Amino acid sequence: MSVQQWDADEHGWFGDSWGGRFMPEALVAALDELTDAWQTAMADPGFVAEFEAICRDYAGTPSRLYHAERLSEKVGARILLKREDLNHTGAHKVRNVLGQALLTRKMGKTRVIAETGAGQHGVASATAAAYFGLDCTVYMGAVDTRRQALNVARMQLLGAKVIPVESGSATLKDAINEALRDWVASVDHTAYLFGTAAGPHPFPSMVRDFTRGIGDEARAQCLEQYGVLPDAVAACVGGGSNAIGLFTAFLDDPEVAIYGFEPGGDGVETGRHAATIHAGESGVLHGARTYVLQDEDGQTIESHSISAGLDYPGVGPQHAHLAQTGRAAYIPVTDAEAMDALALLARTEGIIPAIESAHAVAGALDVARKLAEEKGPDATVLINLSGRGDKDMGTAIEWFGLGDAEADDTDGGQA
Amino acid sequence: MSSATTAFEKCRAEGRAALVGYLPAGFPTVDGSIEAMKAMVDAGCDVIEVGLPYSDPVMDGPTIQAAAQQALEGGIRTRDVLRVVEAVAGTGVPTLVMTYWNPIERYGVETFAADLAGAGGAGLITPDITPDFGQDWIAAADAHDLDKVFLVAPSSTDARIAMTTAACRGFVYATAVMGVTGARTTTSDLAGPLVSRTRALSPSEGADLPVGVGLGVSNGDQAAEVASYADGVIVGSAFVRALLDHADDPSAGIAALRTLTEDLAEGVRRA
Repeated sequence: MSVQQWDADEHGWFGDSWGGRFMPEALVAALDELTDAWQTAMADPGFVAEFEAICRDYAGTPSRLYHAERLSEKVGARILLKREDLNHTGAHKVRNVLGQALLTRKMGKTRVIAETGAGQHGVASATAAAYFGLDCTVYMGAVDTRRQALNVARMQLLGAKVIPVESGSATLKDAINEALRDWVASVDHTAYLFGTAAGPHPFPSMVRDFTRGIGDEARAQCLEQYGVLPDAVAACVGGGSNAIGLFTAFLDDPEVAIYGFEPGGDGVETGRHAATIHAGESGVLHGARTYVLQDEDGQTIESHSISAGLDYPGVGPQHAHLAQTGRAAYIPVTDAEAMDALALLARTEGIIPAIESAHAVAGALDVARKLAEEKGPDATVLINLSGRGDKDMGTAIEWFGLGDAEADDTDGGQA
Repeated sequence: MSSATTAFEKCRAEGRAALVGYLPAGFPTVDGSIEAMKAMVDAGCDVIEVGLPYSDPVMDGPTIQAAAQQALEGGIRTRDVLRVVEAVAGTGVPTLVMTYWNPIERYGVETFAADLAGAGGAGLITPDITPDFGQDWIAAADAHDLDKVFLVAPSSTDARIAMTTAACRGFVYATAVMGVTGARTTTSDLAGPLVSRTRALSPSEGADLPVGVGLGVSNGDQAAEVASYADGVIVGSAFVRALLDHADDPSAGIAALRTLTEDLAEGVRRA
């Protein structure tokens, strides 16, 4: 493979046309200030060391790379799980918020705002705000506050103010809109802890820098523990922060195939899905040009996924670039396939993943079966298990009809 | 075609600021919005901004969000917005479209510019793109002789104000407050200094670029205050509010719109 420029240029463009900064002038000064602070921080060994120390001592990184042996036996290939579910707060997102909150403190700002879908980024933001002593306000779609009441309570317990957003479709995209509206009015003392590798420059690149430890660690762990690079790496993709965090370390390893699994909802053909790259078209949403689920007039279409954390009609612009260049493949996984994989992982490994991560497991197992046919049992697939499933038990109870001690339907997970 | 500049020059000759009125197309209906905007022209608006309703209006407060949402639920299409432009521009008043970027990109930037010009529209106001990310639009606008109205804010650096004003045609939109759209009880103390800075940093060659001030004005007294230092007073949410407050009685809504316009028009003439 020829040498590729994977990073964005100084204006935030990935390739010729993805990303950028389509933002109100009122926020440009703040985005410039943030860009400067981020670039200075990443070039400062002191900042990098402090960030790594906080991630290690507080969040529990590096997360383990775990050989899922029973699952491996079932599919006939070596399955490795990057255990981001074991991080403090239960997901990869803690890396991103600790990085952004540390930067906020360096910039002298005293308040943070965040948007959240499932509540994971909101909980992570509230946690980081508590850790650093910052005021925190979290915007959450009113629909999601009802779906994820437990996470609302967690954020409140951590000292954050949770504001339900009733406008638009009252989900993640509207929470982002409302956080941006707050930020326009509060930008002099407030930092926006953006929850995914999307949005205007520098967020896609900055969030990648704070999450890329996932892939850097996993690559080194894989080489150290197994003496080889994986044949394929896999992650779920909503906005795409855990995916870009995993993929970045492998972009220049052409022998490693990269897979992003998108939320296919009821099936892409039904129109009820959030498979933005697979089924969306180029557009501008939340400050970046990327793939967007939109109608003929450019109005955003409401997305659908069983996983609130993947339920977003846009995607990080670097993923759009990786898809266009063919470096990564993006494939939809339906709600049903993800829930089957969730049950399978629970039964075979004793790990209940987040439904988000179950999308990656479902898709990766298909890849692993095909690789096993070509390469035999040494075929290695590395999956980012981006979060744990405790938050999703309500959905699981409903989906599988659990809670009744007599009957359950979780044996459906096939291998 | 009528650039907004012609309206600003006429007002300047009269020794007053221009009154710029905004309503979303399709609110309360497509025909209702045409009637409302014609009433605003009739009662004293010098320039009309036709809002293109968008699903994710990050710069708008609750009032305009509600109106845009109603228009979208009513099924407004981009081509309907152009029909509104054509009807309003037919009154002879410069008529611009105020729009978030994605609907234009989706329509096709060049095609939209051509169709807007064909409808008699004066140009675009683009709240979520800046000239440095608006090259496609700038090229299309220049090709079709359209106004390009970009925004400056209290947080803008001098260098960015110079860059922005150099890219504008028609006028430059100064956002008086750091915040989203919505009527406010007091006008901003950030607006005056921003207008002075913008004037000082505008390109000196050719005619002076008029500076319009928006965000927050809702009555004649506030309009008079803004008119004392700006070339144009931009009013949006207050017009929307007038219609929302009479949602059950369209003719009362139009009457309220006229009354408000007359109050504002009197305000911009006080000096």
